[in-house]
Amino acid sequence: MDKLILGEKEFNSRLFTGTGKFSDKSLIKPMLEMSKSEMITLALRRVDFDMPQENILNYIPKNVTLLPNTSGAKTAEEAVKIARIARTVGCGNFIKIEIINDMKYLFPDNEETIKATKILAKEGFIVLPYMMPDLIAAKRLEDAGAAAIMPLGSPIGSNKGLQTKYMIEILIENCKLPIIIDAGIGRPSHAAKAMEMGAAAVLVNSAIACSENPIKMGKAFSLAVQAGREAYLAKLAEEKKYAEASSPLTGFLFEE
Amino acid sequence: MSFYDVIKKYEDFNIKEYLENVSYEDVEKTINKENLNEFDFLNLISNTSLEYIEIIARKSQKLTKRYFGNTISLYAPLYISNYCTNKCTYCGFNKENKIKRKHLSYEEIEKEAKELAKTGIKHVLFLTGEAKELVSFEYIKNTLIILKKYFKSISIEIYPLKENEYRKLKNLGLDGVTIYQETYDLETYKKVHLEGQKKDYFYRLDTPERVARAGVRQIGIGALYGLSDIYKDAFFSALHAKYLMDKYIDCEISISLPRMKYSESKFKPYQKLDNKKFIQIMLAFRLYLKYIGINISTRESAEFRNNLIGLGATKYSAGSKTDVGGYTKENKSTPQFETDDKRDVNEICNAIKNRGYQPVFKDWELII
Repeated sequence: MDKLILGEKEFNSRLFTGTGKFSDKSLIKPMLEMSKSEMITLALRRVDFDMPQENILNYIPKNVTLLPNTSGAKTAEEAVKIARIARTVGCGNFIKIEIINDMKYLFPDNEETIKATKILAKEGFIVLPYMMPDLIAAKRLEDAGAAAIMPLGSPIGSNKGLQTKYMIEILIENCKLPIIIDAGIGRPSHAAKAMEMGAAAVLVNSAIACSENPIKMGKAFSLAVQAGREAYLAKLAEEKKYAEASSPLTGFLFEE
Repeated sequence: MSFYDVIKKYEDFNIKEYLENVSYEDVEKTINKENLNEFDFLNLISNTSLEYIEIIARKSQKLTKRYFGNTISLYAPLYISNYCTNKCTYCGFNKENKIKRKHLSYEEIEKEAKELAKTGIKHVLFLTGEAKELVSFEYIKNTLIILKKYFKSISIEIYPLKENEYRKLKNLGLDGVTIYQETYDLETYKKVHLEGQKKDYFYRLDTPERVARAGVRQIGIGALYGLSDIYKDAFFSALHAKYLMDKYIDCEISISLPRMKYSESKFKPYQKLDNKKFIQIMLAFRLYLKYIGINISTRESAEFRNNLIGLGATKYSAGSKTDVGGYTKENKSTPQFETDDKRDVNEICNAIKNRGYQPVFKDWELII
């Protein structure tokens, strides 16, 4: 598979994973191995630095890039503070901005997200903003210095797949930055579909963590993402509404 | 608009009669729906629905996993003062009860905090009685400042405050407020709250809204089952939660279903909430309110709490002491009520793990 480049860092896998919702933190390492995921998101607010057995950072192999997120932030200001803390405690330069003011659907606040992106990009962060698929907001995020755009497929944890498919297609068509589908991907087939559409990567957490077998599911997603990406690169044959008969009914019109 | 306007809408609605007439077909329809209304909630707590409890439990488990994953968050209460000017007939802290009272000094609070923090607990809920001269706003504020040194998330369960007071505490790092209505039935409420600020049903009822407007992140509500008609209190608790969730979408709402326990008040419950009904109500909260947090305290027995893991509960208290000074065990007070689950934090963690769930100590970081 072709490599994904974000902020000058190369990734062999286009599957990003998450650390939340697992029944046991020790499942994270084998899940990462089987899924081949090289980037994993973690909520800084959940990192417990005081207790080694609780500290999620101790469960993530060193070759996997950390994508700390600003979950819990309600404003740009809070997200910026969280990002700075994340960097200070050694989580690196990547940051996923997640600013949520809606506890019902957990929809992101695009306006605050743009503000935070502007500040953090200037401070040298590699900013991946989680956003509501809106072209104008995506363009503003590009201008603000984001490294990729992360639109949602459907609400976090809903496993409802690409409900925003058409809006995401518009983003893929019109944005210069890589589009990474974050949230809502509930099945490997959803991930494959997103990749076929031309998404640069997908971020999957609940669908893996809450499955009966997160390790096996990690592998299933890995295969789906690869299949989708290869299909995209191979350029799908055009979809046709009607069958193309070898002896057309109207062929006689063109006979000499 | 106040939630009381919602309550008034059901003035002529006979819950008992409705529940008696719920058919199997009604329950089946409710189970197959994605979005439930308040009548579906009643269908689920009816006796008829008991026959479908396994299916309902499975649906609840699925929804809970979707929103909360395979996790249970842990917290512990910290009682800092049990002096009270209220006369509530069911409460151990009733001003007329001849109990051992204690009011922690700031040094004692710090000692208690240190002791509790040693157990690994990161989220704390501190509680007081209502004695405004002794347990002043200043005292609450300073307690919050002390606890911030030891815990990542701090909530309060104290007497109702004014909106600007909540805002001041929020700006100092307050994360949540728990405020139970005790009972939604106005007549019963008047009968059991005889003296003190708590007599004011309406001021208490509107408290969660003042909290929400002040920008505090988490609000916990609930009724004390046993004070009044359990079906009515379950119904209005659910409606109250729904009302708050719809109106303040930036707040996380959670609900509890505390059952009346033995206390020094020697209050005789009006009606008993048995285990089956408890579970029916809890599952109904989950199906009706989907992403609501559900707290289960150590009022419940260890065995019962073990069985609730995976059914819909999302937050457990652990290693709780309900007496003032309980963690340092120095000259402690009479407890507010008797806890049933006496296990320590480690034992509770192991029980959660044994059920295939991850106990979560830290889910929040104060960034002020």
